[in-house]
Amino acid sequence: MSEWPPTEVGGDTRASSTISEDAPWALPMVSAIPAAQPSPSWSRRDFIKGIIASGVTVSGLSYFGSGCSGALPAQTVGGVERLLSLSVNGQLRRVDVLPAETLAMTLRYKLGLTGTKLGCDRAECGACTVLIDGVTHYSCSTLTHRVRDREITTIEGLEGPNGELHPVQQAFVDELSPQCGFCTPGQVMSAVALLRRNPNPTREEAREALAGNLCRCGAYHNYLNGVMRAAQSLGAREA
Amino acid sequence: MMKDMMAGFELFQPADVETALELLDRHGAASWRLAGGYDSLDWLKNRSKQTRAVVDLERIAELRGIRESGGGVEIGALTTLTEIETSQLIRERYGLLADAARKVASPQIRNAGSIGGNLCQDTRCWYYRYGVKCYRAGGNTCYAAAPEAMNREHAIFEASRCVAVTPSDCAPAVVALDAEMVVRSRAGERVIRAADFFMPPSIDIRRMTVLEPEELLVAVRLPAAWAGASFYFEKVADRNVWDFPLVNVAAAFRMDGATVADARIVCGAVQCTPRRMAAAERLVVGRPRTEQVAESAGAASAAGAEPLAFNAYKVSLVENLVRRAVRGAQTSEPA
Repeated sequence: MSEWPPTEVGGDTRASSTISEDAPWALPMVSAIPAAQPSPSWSRRDFIKGIIASGVTVSGLSYFGSGCSGALPAQTVGGVERLLSLSVNGQLRRVDVLPAETLAMTLRYKLGLTGTKLGCDRAECGACTVLIDGVTHYSCSTLTHRVRDREITTIEGLEGPNGELHPVQQAFVDELSPQCGFCTPGQVMSAVALLRRNPNPTREEAREALAGNLCRCGAYHNYLNGVMRAAQSLGAREA
Repeated sequence: MMKDMMAGFELFQPADVETALELLDRHGAASWRLAGGYDSLDWLKNRSKQTRAVVDLERIAELRGIRESGGGVEIGALTTLTEIETSQLIRERYGLLADAARKVASPQIRNAGSIGGNLCQDTRCWYYRYGVKCYRAGGNTCYAAAPEAMNREHAIFEASRCVAVTPSDCAPAVVALDAEMVVRSRAGERVIRAADFFMPPSIDIRRMTVLEPEELLVAVRLPAAWAGASFYFEKVADRNVWDFPLVNVAAAFRMDGATVADARIVCGAVQCTPRRMAAAERLVVGRPRTEQVAESAGAASAAGAEPLAFNAYKVSLVENLVRRAVRGAQTSEPA
């Protein structure tokens, strides 16, 4: 199963067929990396994602089992089916999801959508913010099974047809909104949701809409500048 | 062990209340009711609590929505805090609850968090949340009341072995509105007044509400009697977003001209249950809301307080918040 280099990495990890079903949580172990080195044109990010997608390690399930007080509960009638279809960024993705799996885990480690960040994993920072039916949610604290018939939008889903940045992203670049950038995907998602709901927000409304996203660099004013600029550019585009 | 990985559990997603009650009945104390889920998953990730069977209520349509009923309003327990804070009906008639819901946590949490979950949530005492065997966790000591303990957030009233406080912003509001809690189990339905819904540690130290493991809070009914009254809500917290109250106050005044015909003033985060400020209420009823009345109501409201080492500031906070509630003038902020 450790086919190398993996057939689908980086560019298109959309087909979940490359994800080993018996090792859904496969995590890279250094000793398990094949001797063949990736070609120099690969980015470090592609390399790591490739290892995750190829399912190099033996079984990630042990990570789940080890912390349980006993065996997993036996399957009882009425429990959820593990295999489900998720509608992510307009595409239907088939994926095997454990009952205790959060959306952030599914997006990042099974669907390769690593634009969604995990900060605190406790609904206290906002780095994992995604849109579920257009409404902002913390994906770290949402069970994936809960959103199986909802429309999920991640930062990757904002990309234009020719790969151009979303106006909010462009405005954030123009206003130098991010510093370290780790909270940026979440800030972008909150801003996008706000501007869909309220295309002409006041600065105070923007502040409230982004209040659920921490920025440890403290670049809040730059983000607000970005939201106000994005509202202008979106308005100009509509006009 | 990966710290943030939850231990395995069985997940059920019933489509109606009957099926949910059957599941709760079948799994008893091993079951976990999942509403918005943001607090639930913290417990499970931290492994301070475990469950074998999670009953996800999200797909039960009858638990959602805000509807008029018998002159008042009935709110399904799974209605989100965002829906409550933006509901025209709630804003017009029970602005107190809209104001309280608006002060909860962060926008994303209000988008998922439900009124039922907010009212039933467990305490924030960090010793308890850390997973130590305190009284509340079935042990035989309280770490928060120990002489060297950090207890800035803890109780100043009615402590009984445990000094944890109610963390909810909506709880004082529903008590001030004299709401009714509709609770269902397979044995039938019972309706509990909000003031009797919350569990003091002197009666049962292990839980925050009177809900039994096989019961489900299905709705909150706001009575016609308090619709359109004069309301005041204020929350004091260290941060504007995310944070739980250090003290909050929810007050409802029924006015007869310039005098107060009836009043309900309730503080949260000062004891394990929302606390009615009975002495202050008595001083206000039959009088106008003048500075003098506000002063005397405030001065009477912290009588009997027994602060711990680091929370004496809550005494003057309670007094001042009650004064401000009686003075009033705060109306619903624009959404």
